[in-house]
Amino acid sequence: MTVLEQPGSSRKKSSLAGPPPAWRPRVDPAPLLPDEEPYRLLGTDAAARLDSGLLTRLYAQLVRGRRYNAQATALTRQGRLAVYPSSTGQEACEVAAALALEDRDWLFPSYRDTLAAVARGLDPVQALTLLRGDWHNGYDPHEHRIAPLCTPLATQLPHAVGLAHAARLKGDEVVALAMVGDGGTSEGDFHEALNFAAVWQAPVVFLVQNNGFAISVPLAKQTAAPSLAHKAVGYGMPGRLVDGNDAPAMHEVLTEAVQRARRGGGPTLVEAVTYRIEAHTNADDATRYRSDAEVETWRSHDPIALLEHELAARDLLTDEFVAATRDGAEQLAAGLRERMNADPELDPMDLFTHVFAEQTGQLRSQAALLRAELDAEANGHTEDTAGADGSAEEARP
Amino acid sequence: MTTTAAPATARKPATMAQALTRALRDAMADDPSVHVMGEDVGTLGGVFRVTDGLAKEFGEDRCTDTALAEAGILGTAVGMAMYGLRPVVEMQFDAFAYPAFEQLISHVARMRNRTRGALTMPLTIRIPYGGGIGGVEHHSDSSEAYYLATPGLQVVTPATVEDAYGLLRAAIASDDPVVFLEPKRLYWSKADWSPDAPTEVAPLGRAAVRRRGSSATLITYGPSLPVCMEAADAAGAEGWDLEVVDLRSLMPFDDETVCASVRRTGRAVVVHESNGFGGPGGEIAARITERCFHHLEAPVLRVAGFDIPYPPPMLERHHLPGVDRILDTVARLQWESDWTEGRGE
Repeated sequence: MTVLEQPGSSRKKSSLAGPPPAWRPRVDPAPLLPDEEPYRLLGTDAAARLDSGLLTRLYAQLVRGRRYNAQATALTRQGRLAVYPSSTGQEACEVAAALALEDRDWLFPSYRDTLAAVARGLDPVQALTLLRGDWHNGYDPHEHRIAPLCTPLATQLPHAVGLAHAARLKGDEVVALAMVGDGGTSEGDFHEALNFAAVWQAPVVFLVQNNGFAISVPLAKQTAAPSLAHKAVGYGMPGRLVDGNDAPAMHEVLTEAVQRARRGGGPTLVEAVTYRIEAHTNADDATRYRSDAEVETWRSHDPIALLEHELAARDLLTDEFVAATRDGAEQLAAGLRERMNADPELDPMDLFTHVFAEQTGQLRSQAALLRAELDAEANGHTEDTAGADGSAEEARP
Repeated sequence: MTTTAAPATARKPATMAQALTRALRDAMADDPSVHVMGEDVGTLGGVFRVTDGLAKEFGEDRCTDTALAEAGILGTAVGMAMYGLRPVVEMQFDAFAYPAFEQLISHVARMRNRTRGALTMPLTIRIPYGGGIGGVEHHSDSSEAYYLATPGLQVVTPATVEDAYGLLRAAIASDDPVVFLEPKRLYWSKADWSPDAPTEVAPLGRAAVRRRGSSATLITYGPSLPVCMEAADAAGAEGWDLEVVDLRSLMPFDDETVCASVRRTGRAVVVHESNGFGGPGGEIAARITERCFHHLEAPVLRVAGFDIPYPPPMLERHHLPGVDRILDTVARLQWESDWTEGRGE
């Protein structure tokens, strides 16, 4: 007779029953759980306490951002940009991410987050070199403390954790804010970054812009989690769910998370529920995977229109203010257009300049080969320059 | 070239693992930005005890036990390097490094290039590698070809106790990332080297001639060096005076030392544990052929591991290049030479 075959009546309650004696929940999960509904301010009574100066500042940045997106998209049609992943419809997330940070903090953007970098003060042209096919990163990350726009998904998240951790080890009160899309939350690096951040209590804020689709794959095929913000609980950090089209709400939630991190309170995962109005990039046909009706629903929840409503209620949306804001955005676009229409001058010899701090013999040989080819080109010669990758003696001066 | 200022004491046998430990300790003592991190490197002192005592001496913030996540270990180290630290990460075993490949290839190797020198990656990635210790699957890979195939990475592997110290110090001091491959079957090899004696910090990118010879050159590195030295000793009985070159650094590659040797001896055999097809030996043989063709008396030959997934421990002795296989290959050099000369007459 096996244990399972024994009649129930003969089984006595074991003193070994119940959970293992050493077990206890390590953290109370309740305070970490996100709200049931995305947090909103605009259109609620709480909007009354918002500072007018903040609202006008956010508005000006949203309008600039919308215009920037439109201009950059136009530049792809003119062949000036190889590709542009537009953040139209998501400007509130981008702007809030930039404005929630202090100068000393670091921003870790993904490829769709050029707007956050520009809102943080980065030269709009420098923000686009990657997408133009010019050098991969057109700016010094130290200048505005913006990491390179990251193309592989979620791989910048552990960088943000490491930088924030290093800053804290050095005694600097620096916070890192890392941006990722809904698709990126499925990547292994997302998991490892959040886990490290929580274990180390690193001063880092993760901002997930859930815009509904990873290229064409909808959120339902990306995750079975109640929300992306719920994922925070499993790591032992708070998750916040926020309306990503509500600029003041975004700003408030991110600012709170940044301040909490700076105080030593550890990381936060913020999920912004938003929508990508444009296709993934100009190379994508969004009509294949979503309906016009769905897009229209989100257009009616436009971040600029939402904020205009509040500004109008306060009599701040004067003709003068609207015109000045629009003029500023047009100037930004005109400057971008003009500068992007100039052909960049690249020095091919730069190919070898920044591979290693100290040039290897192999690269010196290859640089000599290219130099010879360039000289021949300049002199109108087309002779075969093969052999410049010559002997070891040539490689070592 | 620098020499540490440690007091000279009586030299006594020390292991490669001890030399590595001292290199880490000296580097941490010299430079507060050096941080050691990885799984089990703290309290346990590493599964091979290479990080033994570092957490106690420098604190857990500088010798950190991390969560079990190689991409996370390397990815956070990237961010730490961005903030001015010099992380030395441990991957514990060769095949355990594979989850970190995306960070290594997409970020570590190209960060300097991508940012035009604004962000550098002074990272050292320590990876115990290779077979011969009876490890179970995924504990014996020789993965150097993957790293060599990635521009922007330096790939270094010591074969002697002195080099273990000198090359690791140089790797940590380098402003560029170094994949530092530690031949785990040499961890317990001993040398007449005192952990307290002054030791040179070896420059990266320079091969060493370990044995002078005149009739052929064995080109090797890491775990295969002692095998080649033994083969060279044995070859004397058959009339071969073999030169042995220890590459020490696979990238940068020391064409100068290798070619000077091959031009002198006229014959070359490349010896390594990793598989031959697509392995480092193919690149090395091609470089020699391109540069020394007119000095060669025979084709450049290779003695490598078989082109198979790493075998189970009970069979690994058949897979790893041994003295006999090296000697048989050296004998073919003579055959090739005779054949060439014979045809010419």
